[in-house]
Amino acid sequence: MMQTRSLQAVPAAKNMFRWNDARLLSAGLLALACVLPFVLSNYRIFQLNMVFITTMALVGLNLLTGFNGQISLGHGAFYAMGAYTTAILVDRFDCPYILALPCSGAVCLVFGWLFGLPALRLEGLYLALATFALGVCLPQILKYKGIEDWTHGVQGITLLKPEAPFHLPLSADQWLYFLSLGVLVLLLWIARNIVTSHTGRAIVAIRDNPLAAAAMGIDLARYKTTAFGISALYTGIAGGLSALTVQFVAPDSFNILVSAGFLVGIVVGGLASLSGAFYGALFLQFVPNVADRISKAAPWAIYGVVLIGFVYLMPEGVAGFIRRWWVSVTATRTKP
Amino acid sequence: MEQFLHQVAAGLATGGVYASLALALVMIYQTTHHVNFAQGELAMCSTYLAWSLVNAGVPYWAAFILTVAISFAVGMGIERVLIRRVERAPVLTVVIVFIAMQFILNSLAGAVFGYTIQLFPSPFPEEPPFGNPYINSHELGVVVVTMVTVGLLWAFFRFTSLGLALRGAAANSESAALCGIRVGSMLMLGWGLAAAIGAVAGMLVAPIVFLDPNMMSGILIYAFAAALLGGIDSPVGAVIGGFLLGVLENLAGAYVIGTELKLTVALITIVAVLVVRPSGLLGRVLVTRV
Repeated sequence: MMQTRSLQAVPAAKNMFRWNDARLLSAGLLALACVLPFVLSNYRIFQLNMVFITTMALVGLNLLTGFNGQISLGHGAFYAMGAYTTAILVDRFDCPYILALPCSGAVCLVFGWLFGLPALRLEGLYLALATFALGVCLPQILKYKGIEDWTHGVQGITLLKPEAPFHLPLSADQWLYFLSLGVLVLLLWIARNIVTSHTGRAIVAIRDNPLAAAAMGIDLARYKTTAFGISALYTGIAGGLSALTVQFVAPDSFNILVSAGFLVGIVVGGLASLSGAFYGALFLQFVPNVADRISKAAPWAIYGVVLIGFVYLMPEGVAGFIRRWWVSVTATRTKP
Repeated sequence: MEQFLHQVAAGLATGGVYASLALALVMIYQTTHHVNFAQGELAMCSTYLAWSLVNAGVPYWAAFILTVAISFAVGMGIERVLIRRVERAPVLTVVIVFIAMQFILNSLAGAVFGYTIQLFPSPFPEEPPFGNPYINSHELGVVVVTMVTVGLLWAFFRFTSLGLALRGAAANSESAALCGIRVGSMLMLGWGLAAAIGAVAGMLVAPIVFLDPNMMSGILIYAFAAALLGGIDSPVGAVIGGFLLGVLENLAGAYVIGTELKLTVALITIVAVLVVRPSGLLGRVLVTRV
């Protein structure tokens, strides 16, 4: 199952960007994304903004888990770290939020790289275990009394919504939306370049066969820790933006379900697929809302059923499904 | 000093619970080489089952045995229906299935039984045994039940032909199949045993932490840590690791770091064991042929 998926995933994603149709489609989607905030309600803008932010986090997790094969069940920890870094810098040190975001990324890059070091010795299940423990412990660590001066303990930190700079005629929601969109496009562009470069091929080779990769001269330790760091950087920036958007961070909003949700997102969207991150984020943002109307406990039951369904029936996720559909459409177009 | 002994005794009791759940994890690891992330939620569901039975008027020990039996059957069913299909799938797929099971069981329990905390009865008397001031009856009971479970398991694996078949299927499933062992049934049996042991752990811990759908999350992390500390493929190691961690947790909580960072102790143990001695205290060092 994994073999066919892993062999197809990367070249197909690469081709998709080369097709002119696909390029046109991306440009069209981007234009649509620029128009949307002027026609939608503030709440919808907020929701779409969260979709962009979740997409960044999922791209980060996908770089690590999908492309590099290192399972992380604790990426919520990096998301929280990014959110708290931004919140503390803005709240306590009066740092401009536009500087706080790269700081979030940098802090997570360093911590991700550091966590990647012991992770080198852990494979598969053990890494999943260690990161799972990290995800479960995180709220407790954030509540720790020793750092309460900065984190305000259980109460969390409340932030102000940043206004649009340069007297732009945008509301605060619209400005944040465009900020997230800009960051997302930048991060996606970088991720695409990483994945299609020699670094990306090395990262994928390590997933598919670490031994063969090492025999070919790939420095496993270097690439694996780098993947961990970059992955954490993406998730951290997403966390920082989420702190600005939600205007509030508290320990209990970063429980294990955040990490688990990210895993759901990349599986539903499609492992080792950058576009999949977006579908996964859409799923995470809108499906719980629908499920909530059915029953209070339902979202997680539905997540569970959907996860099992995807694993058994659609292991390539939505992105894989769309890719195959796209191939069949273009094939019938060129045949006659 | 009295305070210290009391902490140790309480630590042994929680350690017993960690040991039983760790034992369940080791059972599944031994038969399938999977680490079951849903083990805690399975145990929680079993405990709710026992609670419903007791509330329906079934005597405690009858409910206990019934719960263990039903959990055994459910564990076998889960292996056959869900896990068999991903047996040869990559690790990530298996982990996702376990996580999904965890979600489903947790929210189902929440939907059926609600999120209010329930009292769970202890089968052991209120007053401390033999008039000693250090350990109460439930704590002693937990330790004894854990030891009996381990003893039974050890005897099962050591002296019965079924236990031998189970070990054979785990060690080398292809050779075992060629010897006429039904490997599929053995895997089901392993899962059934794990679910039954988990049920025992759940019923033992419920009087201490009370009963709610999220009661197992912290305990599961400690059970993971215990299983890793003892060596993930060693049942005896899991039990030793469980007791060690229980005492360590209580002492660290009382004297070093306070109760708020208890889970972090488990995290640090997990990372430290995996980095310093990945095979654990009693586990075999795994050598892979290239």
